[in-house]
Amino acid sequence: MNVSVIISIIIGFLLLFGAFLSLVTAFGLLRLPDVYTRNHAASKAATLGVMSILLGTFLYFYSEHGHFNSKLLLAIVFIFITAPVAGHLISRAAYHSGVKLWDKSVQDDLKHKKEYEEKARS
Amino acid sequence: MAFQLLLNFFLAFIWMFLSVSFTSKSFFIGFLLGLLIIFAFRRFFTGRFYLLRVWAIISLIVLFIKELILANISVLMAIIRPKLEIKPGIFALPTELKSDWEITVLANLITLTPGTLVVDISFDNKILYIHSIDMPDADEAVNEIKNTFEKAIKEVSR
Repeated sequence: MNVSVIISIIIGFLLLFGAFLSLVTAFGLLRLPDVYTRNHAASKAATLGVMSILLGTFLYFYSEHGHFNSKLLLAIVFIFITAPVAGHLISRAAYHSGVKLWDKSVQDDLKHKKEYEEKARS
Repeated sequence: MAFQLLLNFFLAFIWMFLSVSFTSKSFFIGFLLGLLIIFAFRRFFTGRFYLLRVWAIISLIVLFIKELILANISVLMAIIRPKLEIKPGIFALPTELKSDWEITVLANLITLTPGTLVVDISFDNKILYIHSIDMPDADEAVNEIKNTFEKAIKEVSR
């Protein structure tokens, strides 16, 4: 096995893995019960899925065509930074506009936030 | 840190002017020599020797990527399992970190950790409210966050 074969195996693995993770994200969005648990699936699996597809694309163009595309690397970094923030903002907006947690949720510490803040202010 | 880095660049430029060769090679040689000089004079600076902090940042990035992969495996398991056996909930996590950027990095790390997602932060920046996909694991998650992430971030900012 020479190096180019190994690299193309890595590229194939990355692309398939990314596509598989995106599929799992779609399943998670359908199966999970409420906004917050769906957000878990959307903000994690989709991030790594898109990142590994981009990394596979980058490696493909670099090894097959000798074309170093730094835009793809920048895109990976941007997705890595912004995806968790987007997940946080969506779930925060959902909580403050009164979306209920799932019935089987066991604990809700955020409910007591208002009381805590008043205690801390006084 | 920024001052030491700037000083290192300055020393590299002085090396280029001394040797009258303006190439990237001589810049790197000057940079390495300047690094040696800064290391020798490290007790005159107020902060730590700045390579230690660069190393801490690199290890934080490695931690970030490792947690992202572990998080994906755990979410994968939760979704693919035939019966939904999850007990979601929101718990409060008191944090000792002070400045805004430290808390932002901590919140991003927690969001990418297995089974946790930051929902809100209290007004005085002392408590993070975290949605966990599986509550029985929450205590363990708190300890893990305390021990690994806060320590790694403190290592950078100290």
